[in-house]
Amino acid sequence: MSSPEQWTHPEPREGPAATAAAPTAEQVIAGLRATSEGGPELVQLLTPEGERLENPEFDRYVADVTAEDLRSLYRDMVLVRRADREANALQRQGQLGIWVPLLGQEAAQIGSGRALRDTDMVFPSYREHGVAWCRGISPKEILGIFRGTDHGSWDSNAKRFHPYTIVIGNQVLNAAGYAMGQRFEGKVGDGDSEATMVFFGDGATSQGDVHEGFVWAAVYDAPLVFFCQNNQWAISEPTERQSRLPLYHRARGYGFPGIRVDGNDVLATLAVSRWALDECRHGNGPVLIEAFTYRMDAHTTTDDPTRYRHSDELEAWKLKDPIERVRVHLVRHEHADQDFFDSVQADADELAADLREFCFNMPHPPVNQMFDHVYAEASPFVDAQRDEFLAYQANFAGGEH
Amino acid sequence: MAAPVLNKKPGATTATQSLTLGKALNQGLRAAMEADPKVIVMGEDVGKLGGVFRITDGLQKDFGEHRVLDTPLSESGIIGAAVGLAVRGFRPVCEIQFDGFIFPGFDQIVSQVAKLHARTLGRVKVPLVIRVPFGGGIGAVEHHSESPESYFAHTAGLKVVSCSNAVDAYWMIQQAIQCDDPVLFFEPKRFYHSGFMKTEVDTTATPDPLFASRVVRAGSTATVVAYGPSVKVALDAATAAEEEGRSLEVIDLRSLSPLDLGPVFESVRRTGRLVVVSEAPSEASLTSEIAARVQQECFYSLEAPVLRVTGFDTPYPPAKLEEEFLPDLDRVLDAVDRSLAW
Repeated sequence: MSSPEQWTHPEPREGPAATAAAPTAEQVIAGLRATSEGGPELVQLLTPEGERLENPEFDRYVADVTAEDLRSLYRDMVLVRRADREANALQRQGQLGIWVPLLGQEAAQIGSGRALRDTDMVFPSYREHGVAWCRGISPKEILGIFRGTDHGSWDSNAKRFHPYTIVIGNQVLNAAGYAMGQRFEGKVGDGDSEATMVFFGDGATSQGDVHEGFVWAAVYDAPLVFFCQNNQWAISEPTERQSRLPLYHRARGYGFPGIRVDGNDVLATLAVSRWALDECRHGNGPVLIEAFTYRMDAHTTTDDPTRYRHSDELEAWKLKDPIERVRVHLVRHEHADQDFFDSVQADADELAADLREFCFNMPHPPVNQMFDHVYAEASPFVDAQRDEFLAYQANFAGGEH
Repeated sequence: MAAPVLNKKPGATTATQSLTLGKALNQGLRAAMEADPKVIVMGEDVGKLGGVFRITDGLQKDFGEHRVLDTPLSESGIIGAAVGLAVRGFRPVCEIQFDGFIFPGFDQIVSQVAKLHARTLGRVKVPLVIRVPFGGGIGAVEHHSESPESYFAHTAGLKVVSCSNAVDAYWMIQQAIQCDDPVLFFEPKRFYHSGFMKTEVDTTATPDPLFASRVVRAGSTATVVAYGPSVKVALDAATAAEEEGRSLEVIDLRSLSPLDLGPVFESVRRTGRLVVVSEAPSEASLTSEIAARVQQECFYSLEAPVLRVTGFDTPYPPAKLEEEFLPDLDRVLDAVDRSLAW
């Protein structure tokens, strides 16, 4: 089976020039694209079968993780998946305009999210509902984006979780600047220091802003963890349309470490994120993490993945489910009993019911909302437009239509 | 040469310095950096070199490399990183080296800088200034003489200003830095170091508000509105017109977004005639916006249609043709003639 490493030649001046990866017809038919395996350098602590692998480099970053912590990680993943499925259903029922599912990426997001401290800053893309959860942001505060009532209602300063960024890659430069500020303020240098983590996908790695973000963070030694969730698909385009190289290899060209972690392994993403954040706190940033995962659902509810990918691929990834492997591990080691799983399920159902109820009752935004916050210091022109429109609307008040 | 006086001394009533427009910007930046440690300057070559136009001359030496950043050659990076720094609590002043180089940063300006405050219903402020040396007349190669201000005036969430003289340069840059909104700051680069622009700047005076236009020459025959480098063209035209017995009122817009057109409406109601001057191409531009609003507000006062004297709707030409491209005294007077003959 071909691997991304084959797309380039290991030694210069040997053999023909490299070509972009093109899977063979057999591989396509088998649903086995070049990227469906993480390769030998994948950091994995928990196999899909729930087996704990020893890792001399990263074990110490999760040495303090107790059975209770594992149950808590499991619970978080189950809850965010349940909220995600509920929101997906709400879109199907016409309650949301669109939904961006995170299905399959729970471990990547909960592992990295739980590695963060309150004093750290996060710059998400738009699929990071799981990371938001770890920052204490309720799924309710995200719903407005997709129902069309606001652009996200959480306090990004208080939660240290920047607003969702929809233009692909923009947030990577914003995060680089923020992390530069942490350094300029002397908040970098020891284990108690601050760091920033920025989230983006495999598709974003083709954006200029991401490359510029790599350059800026590198030359200013910014305490920034680039957390790339490679979920294999940028809507319909596979990762091999974005890169000849495995994405984590790119870091080397910018002069900082890059690492590939099993993005479906919550323990490994926690360990690798803790390591990367620790490096940044000590002034050894930035670091690139490629979380090798899979978008189990569509890009958004408007997307139809059956047009561009084989169901075999999805089936292969189902065997690597991020939640199931923790459940198996907990059961096998008798770290959790049926009561625990039942209680998590009950909590998840309650969260979903609460979210549904909240969604149905979200108020229509007031018209002045779109005018009132264009500027911090009011613009007479916008104010006049608002007043004129409100007066126009008032003409109809009490009228029969 | 007298040592620059930066702060009003106790008991002193005035503290004036004779400054070129470029030096006034430099002194204004310095005053802003002294007043607020969160003000940082960032851009290509702004540190050791002092910027290709020397507007940031000496700032890195006095404020250090963490407050005056020589950045990578990356305009999207300059703006994008400045957004993050602003979110962190800094007040970044970005220098875009030349007008025509702002476009790699356009996405960050339009998608993030302009929208973050509205997106967060006011929870996140983006108090950054983007300085842009703009306009032609310096005999430069392509992309070095453009007037892109209308793109930004068109974009909700941005404020756009342009200074035309040393006094405004000194004060407006400080006011822009103090503003909690993002401000695009357009500087008439061809006058940076012009000796005839050298003015006594009273650094203890109370400046006019930033987002206000100003009548810079009173008159009664016709109104001429301009901003940035075109203000001098308009004033020169007014001087020439006076010899022919025509009294032109000249208004310096200063603020391009929001536009402060009250003084323009007042003037047009008296003169009945308006000529708008700008180096930017005319189509879907600030000058068309002004024409639209004046016809709306002064419809019954107008004796002639609003006429515009602008750069042509072509890419900025090779330097040997810029004299023809740029509005000059004769084209302004010709427009005044046509307005009066209507």
